[in-house]
Amino acid sequence: MASVSTTMPAATFARPNPLRICFKEAKYEFLKCLRLPMYSVSTMLFPIMFYVLFGLVMGRQTIGSISTSVYLIPAYGTFGVMGASLFGTAATLAGDRGLGWLQVKRASPMPIYAYFLAKVVTSVIFSTVDVLALLTLGVAFGGVHIPTLVAAKLVLTLVSGSLPFCTMGLAIGYFAGPTSAPAVINIFYLPMSFCSGLWMPFMFLPKFVQKIAVFLPLLPPYHLSQLVFHQVGAGQGGPILWHWESLLGFSLVCLGIAWVGHQRDQKANG
Amino acid sequence: MRLQALVDDVLSVEEFGDGDMAIAQVVPIQRSRAHGTVAEIQGASKNFGSVRALVDFNFQVRAGELTALLGPNGAGKTTAIKLLLGLACPTSGRVSVFGADPAEATTRTRVGAMLQVGRVPESLRAAEHIDLFSSYYPNPLPISETLAIAGLEELRDRKFGDLSGGQKQRVLFALAICGNPDLLFLDEPTVGLDVEARHLLWQEIRNLLGRGKTVVLTTHYLEEADALADRVAVINKGSIIAEGTPAQIKSRTAGKKIRCVTQLSAAVIRDIKGVIDVQADREAVVIQSNHPESVLRGLLSLDLEISGIEVTSAGLEDAFLALTREEK
Repeated sequence: MASVSTTMPAATFARPNPLRICFKEAKYEFLKCLRLPMYSVSTMLFPIMFYVLFGLVMGRQTIGSISTSVYLIPAYGTFGVMGASLFGTAATLAGDRGLGWLQVKRASPMPIYAYFLAKVVTSVIFSTVDVLALLTLGVAFGGVHIPTLVAAKLVLTLVSGSLPFCTMGLAIGYFAGPTSAPAVINIFYLPMSFCSGLWMPFMFLPKFVQKIAVFLPLLPPYHLSQLVFHQVGAGQGGPILWHWESLLGFSLVCLGIAWVGHQRDQKANG
Repeated sequence: MRLQALVDDVLSVEEFGDGDMAIAQVVPIQRSRAHGTVAEIQGASKNFGSVRALVDFNFQVRAGELTALLGPNGAGKTTAIKLLLGLACPTSGRVSVFGADPAEATTRTRVGAMLQVGRVPESLRAAEHIDLFSSYYPNPLPISETLAIAGLEELRDRKFGDLSGGQKQRVLFALAICGNPDLLFLDEPTVGLDVEARHLLWQEIRNLLGRGKTVVLTTHYLEEADALADRVAVINKGSIIAEGTPAQIKSRTAGKKIRCVTQLSAAVIRDIKGVIDVQADREAVVIQSNHPESVLRGLLSLDLEISGIEVTSAGLEDAFLALTREEK
């Protein structure tokens, strides 16, 4: 357990190992979420269920130049990553803030970055499992043939897309109440997913929605999914760099909002 | 402030050489400090918008003692604790813990806190919560020892959400002590507990004091302050209105109460020498006096039928009610 024995004089100078704190914080944040069916089942089950229904059962058609079973991996992958990240950060943060648990943590010597890092790590893990499950299902049952290198890039891109949604989760978590958080998350999550073409191919969406998605960095799920569509040969509109820039810009704005919320909390508490 | 922390570290290192017990680490440090004050609020005011939670608040915590902050709900007890934990900053005035800023990480490694909390992650087991909080501290107690002190050995693998109210409080208590802190803040630790659980927690708190820890406890149970505290600070409407040992606080009201069933009218009783106050209480009367013996002699000679005589000390409760009434 403890790396230094308490009988050693040096022990009083020892600071607890920050890496070890981060590891434990992340481990228990992950276990906490894993054991909550509301989180683990809903974030994992829905994208996979949708993929089985629309990607595999009804997967004979093609969308644009690729088959539905390929098309829906980036789409539901983005959907899954977004859900895991938003619920993993916003819902837990809003609960911890509103019901005093964050205060107990803040009164302890825990470095606050460990708390946030744990949420990001947990979101990334659930996102990875989500994406790998979709890919495995597609390859095993959907006749999906993607070169290994492309598959690796696809997984990495989708999983890194967890970060902008974590920042968005922080922004929501700092303003939503403990009980209203899931509803607030869904108010953003579901319409954003729809407008980004995750449920219905993007070209079937109304023209003004398409314009918003393409030209304004307001719909991160659109930009993330387009990055992956490019990798599987189905990209539409906008250079790749613009999608990355949009995700980065969106994240920075969300971090700003979260910071304002953090300051507001500090003020309210004193 | 940092210098002070460093001095403390050096002092504690010297003591570490002498023995490997935690007590050896704690006691000499406290003695080395002038007046043995480990935490202090000096002339602090705290406003939340237009609400004045604390008004020119002065409070000292002495090493090795249990200080109780006693007051009704909304008196400012929790606000005072938040200032001492560095969770809130005073609007004016000064707060120091171990001579340093309470919000500094080095200060916090020597402090443990049990706060009132609405929800704790319920899917983690008792031992997992303790394992996590232990990792925040440089010299935590072994987890098995924390579990033993908090009486949680049998419940270590139980999920927090499956515990009873009293068991949950014990986990929160375990999180406060697991880092082996020198100074412990317990904010209403026994609220919602049944009598047995409350007495168990009291015993655990006494054990901590026995190991040289300093404890600050807030409560609105007068009995609790009476049973545990070396010093009581009575707080009402954001100010301390009385301070002293439980006995000193109690002596602020008339000494004894005599309760008896008698035919005598209140006016006749008032004429007996030594009677301070007479009040009807259902079928009986309650007489306050500093000289109960002479009052009893008078009563017995005037009423041969007198019955149901009880003589009790005025409790902390009476003192408290009297003190808060004075305030109004």
